[in-house]
Amino acid sequence: MSELLKKDEMKPGGIGQGGSMERRYTGSWRTFVPITDFETCIQCLACWIVCPDSAIPVEDGERRETNMHHCKGCGICAVECPVDAITMVREGEEDDE
Amino acid sequence: MAENVALTGNDSAAYALRQINPDVVAAYPITPQTELMHKFAAYVADGEVDTELVRVESEHSAMSATVAASLSGARACTATSANGLALMWEILYIASSTRCPIVMPVVNRALSAPINIHCDHSDTMGARDSGWIQLYSENCQEAYDNAVQAVRIAEHPDVRLPVMVCLDGFILSHTLEGLEVNDDQDVKDFIGTLDRPDSLLNVDDPETFGMFTLQNYYFEFKKQQVDAMEKVPAVIEQVGQEYGELTGRSYGLLDPYRCEDADIILVGLGSTTGTAKQAADDLREEEGLKCGVLKLRTFRPFPAEQVCRVLSGADITGVLDRAVSFGLGGPLFHELRSARYGETAPMIDFIYGLGGRDLSLDNVKDIFRSLAEARDSGQTEPTTRFVGVRE
Ligand code: SF4
Ligand code: SF4
Repeated sequence: MSELLKKDEMKPGGIGQGGSMERRYTGSWRTFVPITDFETCIQCLACWIVCPDSAIPVEDGERRETNMHHCKGCGICAVECPVDAITMVREGEEDDE
Repeated sequence: MAENVALTGNDSAAYALRQINPDVVAAYPITPQTELMHKFAAYVADGEVDTELVRVESEHSAMSATVAASLSGARACTATSANGLALMWEILYIASSTRCPIVMPVVNRALSAPINIHCDHSDTMGARDSGWIQLYSENCQEAYDNAVQAVRIAEHPDVRLPVMVCLDGFILSHTLEGLEVNDDQDVKDFIGTLDRPDSLLNVDDPETFGMFTLQNYYFEFKKQQVDAMEKVPAVIEQVGQEYGELTGRSYGLLDPYRCEDADIILVGLGSTTGTAKQAADDLREEEGLKCGVLKLRTFRPFPAEQVCRVLSGADITGVLDRAVSFGLGGPLFHELRSARYGETAPMIDFIYGLGGRDLSLDNVKDIFRSLAEARDSGQTEPTTRFVGVRE
């Protein structure tokens, strides 16, 4: 564990480096997991736009596998996908699909 | 050019806001503040300010929008009263702890229930632990002057805390008074520009605002707020002095009136201290009682040291509280008594004027007389007295 900052070493107001959640594992908060069928996916990137947690990475203009370190399982991507390529499955029951 | 005008308390605060020309104002109406923002909205409609006026659906939203604007680097203001202030509660703390230098006139009014629209200080007294600076105004002139100075106090780099400019509902907000207002350009020069070191809109170097902090960091942020508050008295005095050089009206933390040689001092906040000054004059002349009045302009931070110095020569001190902490007594009295820990001169609390009940000149004279009686007889009980309640 790194040394904790002292009071006067901290910027006032609870303001600090942006994007630090990147380093935190919050993938354990889910109840449901989005499973993407890449055969059906048409790469419209709607899910990438609507995901409130930036959990859908895009490389070379195409979405990749959902980042399970950050996905909260809210299901917005599944609802918004125009071709129903995403299915929400109860955590731990993915293999039953 | 400074000018003499006739304005109500609401109009005088709106006039100050016009001259401050905030980038963003978010507001929701509530009696007796409504006319203040009504007047300000007219300035917006007439193009006299550059302000973006956000009409929100509640005071919770008004304060939320004001905080967001402030965090974006905007000079942001709002105004409210009573139940509106109560609805802002959650965000009041967020405004002060994210160090937003917001200026907010609060037109003091009693909290429900039973519902009442008239003046007492239960609204802002309840907010005394919210991390805001609180300035109280005796008259419309002070409401105007306090609003202008509040910008400088709030935005001072040592401070960066929000300020409530308190003015008594109806007694000041709806009373027409002759006052002197400053030249627009003078106010502009006096307040300068806001220099916020960070901004939500800084996309080149994005930061987290309102971060999540746990047991390992939260406490340090609170101590930073404590430290910032400690720097406020010096800033208030410096700004008040500079304001005096500009306008001829200097301000400090307190306003002692005939206290140097006073045996009996009455301490209070807001418009009632004007009545008390008159009572002190009358009693000195008519009854030879050496009375003085100590008006606190600043309630947060509490100017404990300065107050004690003024009261050190008095035989007895009375405190005028226009609010009550149920199960304790008057908040001003208890803070003052705590500030004077170790002093033996007696103090008596007079809780008055809840829900706007009038405190007449005769009432205040009676308070002074009862203090003289308590001093002479040594009988100071009860130390908490309710003025003018039928029981
Ligand atoms: S379930 Fe929610 S959090 Fe997870 S990828 Fe879909 S939109 Fe993002
Ligand atoms: S919304 Fe559906 S179709 Fe569009 S990229 Fe996402 S998974 Fe593919």
